[in-house]
Amino acid sequence: MKQTLVTGNEAAAWGARLARANYIPNFPITPQTECIETLARWSSDGELPGTFFDRMESEHSVMSAAVGAAAVGSRVFTATSSQGLLLMHEVLYIAAGMRLPIVMATISRGLSAPVTLWSDHNDFLDQRDSGWLMFHAENNQEVLDMVLQAYRIAEDPQVLLPAMVNMDGYVLSFTDEPINIPSPEQVAEFLPGYDPAHTIAKNRPVTVGPPVLDEYSIFRAQNHVASRNALAVIEELQDDFEKIFGRRYHLVDEFMLEDAELVLVTQGSMSTTAKAAILEMRDEGIKVGLLRLRVIRPWPNEAVAGALKDAKAIAVIDRNVAPGKGGIMFPEIIETLYNLDRRPLVSGFVVGLGGNPQTENKIKEITHKLEEDLAAGRPRMEWNDLEGI
Amino acid sequence: MKVTIGGAVKPGTTRVNKTGGWRNFRPLYHKDKCVRCGLCSLLCPDSSIHEQEDKYVTFDFDYCKGCGICANECPKDAIEMVLEEK
Repeated sequence: MKQTLVTGNEAAAWGARLARANYIPNFPITPQTECIETLARWSSDGELPGTFFDRMESEHSVMSAAVGAAAVGSRVFTATSSQGLLLMHEVLYIAAGMRLPIVMATISRGLSAPVTLWSDHNDFLDQRDSGWLMFHAENNQEVLDMVLQAYRIAEDPQVLLPAMVNMDGYVLSFTDEPINIPSPEQVAEFLPGYDPAHTIAKNRPVTVGPPVLDEYSIFRAQNHVASRNALAVIEELQDDFEKIFGRRYHLVDEFMLEDAELVLVTQGSMSTTAKAAILEMRDEGIKVGLLRLRVIRPWPNEAVAGALKDAKAIAVIDRNVAPGKGGIMFPEIIETLYNLDRRPLVSGFVVGLGGNPQTENKIKEITHKLEEDLAAGRPRMEWNDLEGI
Repeated sequence: MKVTIGGAVKPGTTRVNKTGGWRNFRPLYHKDKCVRCGLCSLLCPDSSIHEQEDKYVTFDFDYCKGCGICANECPKDAIEMVLEEK
């Protein structure tokens, strides 16, 4: 297969194009803009036949239009970042509650104030209770692959939920990487057309999103069960995906975990840096491995616990922060391990906010701190970037 | 109630789901004051006031939500809103 140099933004646009999304409401925001520019160029060049590229006046309108179009059976794609994602927040719950399999690329950028244009994961993780499926890519190939997989997972009759595919702003969104762009025929084989049975159609007049009284909790439970169903769907489709595209993905990404005593838990693009640092530390004889979280919702608790159960000490590296609490994924990992017979020590590190670079040296520093924690038998929760404050 | 995906509702379900239970006030009809103008029936947002052959009206309490528009608009004060006692 031919390799092409594309940015993360272009990879997401390719995903939408190959998935034959026929409605793309959009509003530009840094660092997502290039994704929308790419789709706009294709649209005006006539390369997206049958697709309505719809310029809106805000992200709230974008997601509202996405809900409307999905409610009449369109396959919808959009993309946003940061403040734009927060402006959509209200409508995200509506899309999930109405069970509309919209797919959105989110390009992570830190939140104001103060203003930053660079990446951290607070915008993405703030949506974790919205009912959406949430995937976090490590590289541009995974961005494209996960947009394709997201449609198939989201549109599965057992799931029918919207899905977000996240990439780190700048680090992936504006960096060219060599990736395989599959042919339209390959994608058509993997992803059939979308023909929903529950939305408004010509001979199916229905009211969607009605008010309910005592039944409200039933529908929230329905949303939860659908999201849990996605775990099996994700695993089941990998055989098909590998047969057609030659790649497969797991619920979690395990790196050198077989004999690892120390495990770093990461998300997104910093995982690549951490893997390089781990290879060097392995040469020094440190038994360290990595678990990359790539499916955030539904939470793959069995896969996470299975991968971490033999570790002695774990460092959860959060590129996000819940002020007054700490890293967002730190307590999720602890909760997942709590009922194990033997619980590893878990330390938390908040790093890389607003795009503060996560170098190999910083990853090594964290690993050495984790070694100290293990020797002392005392976990820590600390901010890694506080020098000079 | 049938639980559908995402709560999608087929047409005509209010034939089964009566919505009059939301009412806090109910219209009390003073037929002696009524001049049979039909304004209440015309303005009822729930189509719950029906004109009879003689042009006097009846109220459909399966769907009347007690909004009071009929009482407010009646030019002869022939409709009075009273507290619903259940």
